[in-house]
Amino acid sequence: MTQKAPPLAFVHPLLEAGRVLILIPAHNEEAAIGAVVDEVYSLFGKIPVLVIDDGSVDSTAAIVKGRGARVLRLPHHLGLGGALQAGYRLAFELGFEYVVRIDGDGQHDPRFITAMIDAVTQPGVQMAIGSRFVESDEGHTSLFRGFGIRLFRAFLRPILGKPVRDPTSGYVAVDREALEVFSKSFPLEYPEIEALVVLRRRAFQFVEVPVSIRPRKAGRSTITALKSVYYLVHVMLGVLVNILIFDRRRWR
Amino acid sequence: MERLLLITTLIAAALFVTVLVGLRRAHIRVEYSVSWLTAAIILLVLAQLPEPLRWLAAWTGVQDPPTVLLFLVAGVFLIVFYRFSIIISHLRDANIALAQRVAILEFRLENVEDGRL
Repeated sequence: MTQKAPPLAFVHPLLEAGRVLILIPAHNEEAAIGAVVDEVYSLFGKIPVLVIDDGSVDSTAAIVKGRGARVLRLPHHLGLGGALQAGYRLAFELGFEYVVRIDGDGQHDPRFITAMIDAVTQPGVQMAIGSRFVESDEGHTSLFRGFGIRLFRAFLRPILGKPVRDPTSGYVAVDREALEVFSKSFPLEYPEIEALVVLRRRAFQFVEVPVSIRPRKAGRSTITALKSVYYLVHVMLGVLVNILIFDRRRWR
Repeated sequence: MERLLLITTLIAAALFVTVLVGLRRAHIRVEYSVSWLTAAIILLVLAQLPEPLRWLAAWTGVQDPPTVLLFLVAGVFLIVFYRFSIIISHLRDANIALAQRVAILEFRLENVEDGRL
């Protein structure tokens, strides 16, 4: 079921206080990134927004700077995990207490940011996941992706010790404890699922927040059938390695 | 078997010379040449001394000594490739950490100049 975006009766006090950073990874997103930043500012005012420009060769960084948001420009393309970790590191060093990550292609409706912050500020919760499937399995996913999500749910259930409905969601909020962990240890490729295991190994808790995912504002997904198979194998192997790996090796 | 040993000798010698030339021209660093030079020397020795091959073939129950040589060649190169996979992994980790740090320092520098930090 598609979640109806909540009306914004107020801007969350933590946002107003500048204690939350909105993190947006972007790679060649010049067609969409401006609208994403504009939407966040129109909803919440000039809150801290950091776009991580992951080696874009288009005008992504210039568009973001033109709107007054901050840009962390990576010297070359690191991939989603490397880019996100750079953002988490900077957010931790700058002292932010909470970070909400949304995608730069416009698929994540920023009106759910308030609900994400409410969820991650609950006692004993370190991470909130924006989930398309909390109440239903319907959503904007292909048949293959739907199969993959079901497979991951079954695979992760015993590892995480609780069910997760939308483990591949990139709409994520973390508190400072999780931020510290991610700033030091973060999966480099396809990070969403492995990140759950990283947190679980430290006995951190997550909750899922119902959100709706919109169609991309521009461009199209680069995920092909072959890449999807590689993704499945890579992530499952990565999860197993994360369970078995010796802690010291991962803490860079 | 003699022909196979001769071919192995030529390949090993070519590998040895190629690595040495690469070292001289600074195309390869000394620490990364050691694996290849060791592999070349092992192959050269095995190709020049067929007696250990025959002994190994008898010990492993392989009837044909050249088969043992092929397995040894494959084994040596697998070890070298694995060693380089480890090195590449370390380099990638270091490269990512370095790129992140450069980006963060650049960000801080820009924002200090803009008076935003």
